[in-house]
Amino acid sequence: MAAHIFATEWLLNKNLNKMRRDIFQAIADPTRRAIITLIALQAMTPNAIADNFHTTRQSVSKHLRILTECELVKQEQHGREIYYSLEIKKMKEIDKWLEQFRKIWETRFNQLDKVLSTMKKQKK
Amino acid sequence: MKNSLLFDFIVDKATKTVFVNREFDAPLPLVWDAFTKQEILDQWWAPQPWTSKTKIMDFKVGGRRVYAMVSPEGQEHWSVQKYTSISPKTNFKMYNAFADKDENLDLPGSDWDLNFSEENGTTKVSISIYNESLERMERMVDMGFKEGFSMTLNYLGDLLHTLSQK
Repeated sequence: MAAHIFATEWLLNKNLNKMRRDIFQAIADPTRRAIITLIALQAMTPNAIADNFHTTRQSVSKHLRILTECELVKQEQHGREIYYSLEIKKMKEIDKWLEQFRKIWETRFNQLDKVLSTMKKQKK
Repeated sequence: MKNSLLFDFIVDKATKTVFVNREFDAPLPLVWDAFTKQEILDQWWAPQPWTSKTKIMDFKVGGRRVYAMVSPEGQEHWSVQKYTSISPKTNFKMYNAFADKDENLDLPGSDWDLNFSEENGTTKVSISIYNESLERMERMVDMGFKEGFSMTLNYLGDLLHTLSQK
């Protein structure tokens, strides 16, 4: 597919792209996706987040740490509690890539529309 | 003809699959030819200003297509598609992988499943692309980003050109 064409550049830019790859690793996990959905609505403490899952608190902490390292969530201290909330800007970045990828297919298919319309005329 | 032709693009990270659905205002045999004949494929497969250059195409089960996406500067990026199943005018499947020009594959690749159906003169094509490695899917999306960016620049160029003629 068209998206293959930057294979070589990708290898050269591996370090540059490390951050982006991390984001996809972060959202590849179902629990982490569920956490993202939860805190998208409101900032929550680790305990409140853990209440929504049947896993251990340690496991939820681990997921939160990965999400924080990828800068997908941010922490804020309120009194004794730490609240986690979503870093909207980072999520938008993901959206943007997908949108560009979608655009390739859109362009490709618009070109095919033209080719098909020419083929149809030739058949007549 | 329908007023609006369907276009879906869904990335499902959980199943490592990209789904692309599109309708075309053309009878099924024409659309099938556009996807399975090299001289037609090369006319639309690469988003401009890139071009598609097919070196080998043997559309049969066990056969393959060896093609390059050629950049405006003339740089060639090769891929190989191996046809694993063909039901004429209904479905075909292929295994797609990056390669060099001598067909040395850069694995892992992706599994493509393409379905064709026609209703009232409108042909629907449903494509699913399964990536066995998540990293590769990230790569695909990431590269799409870069390509999309160069395309955006290209659109801007066209727009400026049009504006300058007014």
